[in-house]
Amino acid sequence: MEKKLYGYRRENGTVGIRNHVIILPVDDISNAACEAVSKQVQGTLALPHSYGRLQYGPDLDLHFRIMIGTGSNANVAAVIVIGIEDNWAKKIADGIAETGKPVTYFSIEKQGDLETIRQASWKAKEYVQWASEIQREPIELSELVISIKCGESDTTTGLGSCPTVSQAVNQFVDAGATVFFGETSELTGGEHLIANRMATPELRDKFMGVYDNYIGEIESKGVDLLGSQPTQGNIAGGLSTIEEKALGNIAKTGDKTIIGVLDPAEAPTNGNGLYFMDTSSAAAECITLMAAAGAVLHLFPTGQGNIIGNPIEPVVKITANPETATTMSEHIDVDVKGLLSREITLEEAGDALINYMVRTINGRLTCAEALGHKEFVMTKLYRSA
Amino acid sequence: MVKGAGSYVKSKESETTTPVSRHRFLIHNKEDHVGVATTPIEEDEQVIGVYMEDNSEVNIRANKAIPLGHKISLVELDAEQPIIKYGIQIGITTCALHVGDYVHTHNIKTARW
Repeated sequence: MEKKLYGYRRENGTVGIRNHVIILPVDDISNAACEAVSKQVQGTLALPHSYGRLQYGPDLDLHFRIMIGTGSNANVAAVIVIGIEDNWAKKIADGIAETGKPVTYFSIEKQGDLETIRQASWKAKEYVQWASEIQREPIELSELVISIKCGESDTTTGLGSCPTVSQAVNQFVDAGATVFFGETSELTGGEHLIANRMATPELRDKFMGVYDNYIGEIESKGVDLLGSQPTQGNIAGGLSTIEEKALGNIAKTGDKTIIGVLDPAEAPTNGNGLYFMDTSSAAAECITLMAAAGAVLHLFPTGQGNIIGNPIEPVVKITANPETATTMSEHIDVDVKGLLSREITLEEAGDALINYMVRTINGRLTCAEALGHKEFVMTKLYRSA
Repeated sequence: MVKGAGSYVKSKESETTTPVSRHRFLIHNKEDHVGVATTPIEEDEQVIGVYMEDNSEVNIRANKAIPLGHKISLVELDAEQPIIKYGIQIGITTCALHVGDYVHTHNIKTARW
């Protein structure tokens, strides 16, 4: 890639492309205080969510992993953590502090919302003014973590937008960057193709274990995926079976070797390259998990027109569907409908996407950012105690 | 960026309309049983499809109207036969398929459940 890239190099060496100061609630009942702080202090970003009370076991572990991972993301400059109880707020702040970035926690018990908001607003003001002076500096492609996931798929995603993303994935992996893909249940029908790309037999076994476990969990509820996969939107777009949907989905993952199988929101530890992450196929849950694992830029192929955004990482939407490109143009960052009419080649489409990615990395807002899409959705494994 | 599928340009000389591109559907792999309509196709229309693998063409009459993004059969298949797209099985037929048929949930299903 010839063009210069500029980003924010954080205290621990990770590289971000946005410079957020986030106000992170530990639990559902701390949302109000967090939103009050973000209203008072301009340029801060509250991340309200629905959980964090009476969770236990692996579900609680995942809650902490998402909270700490979100705060640790390189697109985040500094973090205010607010929880009802001291212990869990401290645990999350301590986890984020390991990155070396500024983080302060507050707890509401024994002082109430108003005093907490007062204290947290003073600290948030200090952070946001500090962060506003951080300058972008030259960065390398190899320092970036990118995530991919498609949505409202139809047959045009498999024909156009997913192969376009593949072009970028292959180039980014070759350049030494890290890429995550997931959507465990939506690999059904092509799971063998993913298994065959695993770097080692151990990873292959681990992947098939994760896949079988997810499908088994669905079947244990006495249902199959027929009712939800493909979705009504997928069927309206011409997709007839989960296998057909999966093969289009897999068409975005490039053809590189997969070097790791990650738990939800787990940061990679096997060096740079292509990773599979065990995630739901629901867009907001999936992207929230990938951002919590460190992804700073997301590529989102869509057919019928999913309008998703994420508060932490910019989401770039790509479509090859000529109707969606026209009727939902305010949501579409990269229009590759010319692939269907064969007026552009796949290489040209890939170049258009990479050019747009460079502009996004260097600071241009995506459609979802400009339209205020900030879907932050925690994955919950089972009901609370 | 570029004109979309199905758009037409007016020819100044003849004042008639001619398609920007001739093909009306695309086929992923040579061994595929179905193509994907890249513009809406009318019932009884004679339409050209292009194999993306080698740019070769096929000419078929559509037995039914086929919406944008939906599939057209390239083959004759009995019921309960594997159906191939991307060179891979995407399901099984639930009734016999004929060349030019509209292929969707009414005549194919997943092979998984």
